[in-house]
Amino acid sequence: MTHIEKTIAALKEKFGGNIVDVTEFRGETTIVVDKVAILEVVRFLKEAPDLRYTFLANLTAFDDWPEEPRFNVVYQLREMTLPANIRLKCRVAGDDPQIASVVEVFRNANWHEREVYDMFGVTFTGHPDHRRILMPADWQGHPLRKDYPLGYEEVEFTFNFKEIEKKKPYAKE
Amino acid sequence: MSAQAETELLDTTLDELKHLFSPRAHSGETVVLNMGPQHPSTHGVLRLIVELDGEIIINAVPDIGFLHTGVEKNMEAKTFLKALVMTDRLDYLNNMGNNLTYCLAIEKLMDVKVPPRAQILRVILAELQRIGSHLVWLGTHSTDIASQSILFYCFREREKIMDIFEMISGQRMMTSYIRPGGVWRDVPADFIPAVRDFLAYLPPHLDDYEALLTNNPIWIDRTKGIGVINAEDALAWALTGPSLRGSGVNFDIRKVMPYCGYEEYDFEVPLGQNGDVYDRYYIRMLEFRQSMRIVEQALAKLEKAKGPVITNDRKVAPPPRSEIGVSMEALIHHFKLWTEGFNAPKGEVYVATESPRGELGVFLAGNGGPKPHRVHFRTPSFVNLQPLNEMSKNHYVADAVGIIGSIDIVLGDVDR
Repeated sequence: MTHIEKTIAALKEKFGGNIVDVTEFRGETTIVVDKVAILEVVRFLKEAPDLRYTFLANLTAFDDWPEEPRFNVVYQLREMTLPANIRLKCRVAGDDPQIASVVEVFRNANWHEREVYDMFGVTFTGHPDHRRILMPADWQGHPLRKDYPLGYEEVEFTFNFKEIEKKKPYAKE
Repeated sequence: MSAQAETELLDTTLDELKHLFSPRAHSGETVVLNMGPQHPSTHGVLRLIVELDGEIIINAVPDIGFLHTGVEKNMEAKTFLKALVMTDRLDYLNNMGNNLTYCLAIEKLMDVKVPPRAQILRVILAELQRIGSHLVWLGTHSTDIASQSILFYCFREREKIMDIFEMISGQRMMTSYIRPGGVWRDVPADFIPAVRDFLAYLPPHLDDYEALLTNNPIWIDRTKGIGVINAEDALAWALTGPSLRGSGVNFDIRKVMPYCGYEEYDFEVPLGQNGDVYDRYYIRMLEFRQSMRIVEQALAKLEKAKGPVITNDRKVAPPPRSEIGVSMEALIHHFKLWTEGFNAPKGEVYVATESPRGELGVFLAGNGGPKPHRVHFRTPSFVNLQPLNEMSKNHYVADAVGIIGSIDIVLGDVDR
């Protein structure tokens, strides 16, 4: 029994219905967890003495818009001695994008969660420093959402130079 | 902006950030200052909001995002191959490593096998890039700690690596040489002698730099016991690379989760003990030599390994030019690849490599189409910068500069 099989069995036994699905793709295991249980699942994986997923390698999200629930928050956990990698995935609905923060279990989740909030607008309840991180503090919208358009700059020629310059958001005196 | 407006702006910023500073900052007992973003010793556009008691740092809060270029968003709008050029621009000291990690993720997603000659070339280039990146780090870091002569020497050495890259790819920095399925094209005949020359050229110069720094009492005064992070904290902050190994944790992705056949090479992972600036410095000095060892072994292998440098899977990699003139199918593949690209299956993969700074991870999701559904770069600089506040507490401002240098951040890598 590999470490990952043991992990899945332990999770199913402890959390039952909150473990929604387990998939394998290209040798990587993804465990879909109900978002209400994420904090407890992460804490269990880190603190159970025979599982020891003590390293949060990555935390990110992606958007499946227009499907619902649209957001997927992804946690990449690692057991450091073997090593063994698993991925947790939580689906978060678009009308109420909220999920519990895991900062109290993994300190380094702090910036990752701020980035997910910044880019997708998913709020992390219980986060100690819930601000934008990469975009300016007064930015409107969340750029990595699929319904957020990819902006571009209009090409200036001599005939439309003045028109385009007028629209540009230069700093005012 | 008028002086009054400026003060108001500062006040609102302070209100929003109240929870990050000690109560003494609100009573005016300590001073809150800006350091950066335009500051030569923050290695790019890093802004630190530092709370000072005299010259002692009470809190140092990094404010990042000044170099955010929306690479991840842009990549979603391009085909897998077109998006490759954006990876060069993330960590601009580790271009080959970024190409490599992104291509490994595509190859995992598409289930493509890479020919052995390409694997060896990838190892050589990744290690040369590590040497190049460490040279820039050594130059800038020693300049930060007021040892200014080394910078120019380091850049002189790095230029030789840039020349090798230019020889094989036509570009010094933005190489895009490593492609999904292999590498762009085979290296010219001059490549192996040029790398051999470089391997013979560098060691005496490295000895010089070590003679200047390693036992230099001023250098030791400035680095020993500064910015200490113990092994437990380093793991809790998910530090990787030299920053983690400086604290004595033996974790190198090339060893524990090998890629590109790193398991076939004989090399050591240098470890520190104290987790201070000096240990992180010394580990990188040893890593130079280990990287050179790997390149030497790989060159010997490269001489023996003949064969293609990119996969024969025509659905991912273009056919050679010679085939296009004679094969209709090759022409169709060529046309389809350069117009539409290839379709990746629905699914998610995560690939991690050891960049000069630590674990560079790519999370890649496909949706059945020719464009990535989501690319996320788990960049070592972003993660390693987080504990800066912990590391620089109760040190002098001048030491904070040394600490930033010792974790070796690249702001393009932090902000993406």
